Amino acid sequence: MLRFFIYITPLLFFVNCKGEQTVALDATDVFESKGVEIPVYDFESFKPLLTINDGKTRIINFWATWCKPCIVELPYFELINSRYPDDKVEVILVSLDLPSQVESRLIPFVKKQKIKSKIILLDDPDANNWIPKVNSNWSGSIPATIIYKNGTINFYERSFTYNELEKELKKVL
Amino acid sequence: MKTLKILVGVAFVIAVSAFAIDKVSNSKTDKGYTIGDIARDFKLKNVDESMISLVDYKDAKGFIVVFTCNHCPYSVAYEDRIIALDAMFKQKGYPVIAINPNNSKAYPEDSFDNMKIRAKEKGFSFPYLLDDGQKIYPQYGAKKTPHVYVLEKTGAGNLVRYIGAIDNNYKDASKADLKYVEDAVNALLKGEKVPVEITKAIGCSIKA
Repeated sequence: MLRFFIYITPLLFFVNCKGEQTVALDATDVFESKGVEIPVYDFESFKPLLTINDGKTRIINFWATWCKPCIVELPYFELINSRYPDDKVEVILVSLDLPSQVESRLIPFVKKQKIKSKIILLDDPDANNWIPKVNSNWSGSIPATIIYKNGTINFYERSFTYNELEKELKKVL
Repeated sequence: MKTLKILVGVAFVIAVSAFAIDKVSNSKTDKGYTIGDIARDFKLKNVDESMISLVDYKDAKGFIVVFTCNHCPYSVAYEDRIIALDAMFKQKGYPVIAINPNNSKAYPEDSFDNMKIRAKEKGFSFPYLLDDGQKIYPQYGAKKTPHVYVLEKTGAGNLVRYIGAIDNNYKDASKADLKYVEDAVNALLKGEKVPVEITKAIGCSIKA
C-alpha cells in the first residue's frame, strides 16, 4: 500500500502542476523540407528550455550530424523517448549543425533515421558567450547532455550507452 | 542467504569500479595546460614528410598552435582564417603550427594521406602535423577541433598565453567582432597582457 502511494504521489503532483506553467519558446526561424520541420533558436530564445519547472524530466542532448560519437548514442536517446511517457520524460535533440547544412545533411538524416524525438537547431555563433551559460564546466565539445527536473540539473560532457543514460535519467526521475 | 551475500558482493564490486571509472575520467579531464604553463615541445611528422619541432624555429617569438583536422565542419569553416593568421603573423615571429590530433581509424577523413590532400587543396602555408599515437593533444588538454594555444617563447620555455577559439563567429569571419587569437598575438608582440586569455567554442570532440 505504501508503495502505491509513493508511486502515485508524484503523478498527482504532476497533474496538479500541468498547465500552470507554459514556457513558450520563440523560434527565430524554421527550416522545412521533405515533411520535416526544424525550428531555429539563438541562445536567448533557447535559454528558457533549460529551466522549465513543471515536474517533467527533460533530457537535452547537444549533437550534430558530423559528430560521430553523437550519432552512435542517438538511438539510445530515441529509445528513452519511446519507452518513457511523454508527460514524464521529454527528449530534446539540440543540433549544432551549421545552418548551411540543415537542408543538405540534417533533414535527410532525420528523415532517414526516422527520428521521433523533438529536434531543434541552436544557431548562435558567439559560442564563448553561451557555452558557459549552459554549464560552467562545458568545454564546448559534443556530445554533451543535460538531464534535469525542476531544480535538479545534471550535466554530462561525454558519450552514453543506453544503460548509462537510463541510470542517469533515473537519478532525477 | 548465500545468494544475497554474493549479490551484495557483486554490487559492491560494481560500485567500486564505477567509482574508479569516474576517478579516471576526472583526472583525465583535469589534465592539460592552463595560462602560464610551459607547453612541451614535440617531434611530429608534417604533410611534406619532414619532422617538425618547435625548437627548430630559432627566430620565432612564439607559436600559434592549432589543433584541427579535415573532417570537422568547424575546422573547415576556420581554414581560411588559420591561413590568414599565418600570413599575418609568421613574419612577425608567430607562425601557425597545425596539428591533427584525431585517430584516423575513427575518422578515415583525418588520415595522413587525406591530410596531405587537404593541405595541398587549401594551400596551407604552415606545417600540418599528425599527432601520431595521439600523445601530444592530451598533454595540451585539447578537447576539440579547432582548439588554439598561443605560446610565447621565453627563456623558461614556451609559455601558454591563450587557449580557445579563433574568434567569436564560426559561421562568418566578417561578423566576428572579437578576434581572440589575433588580439592575443598582437598584445604579446607589443609586450602587453593578452586581453582575453581563455575562451570556449563548439568543436568536434577529438576521438582517441
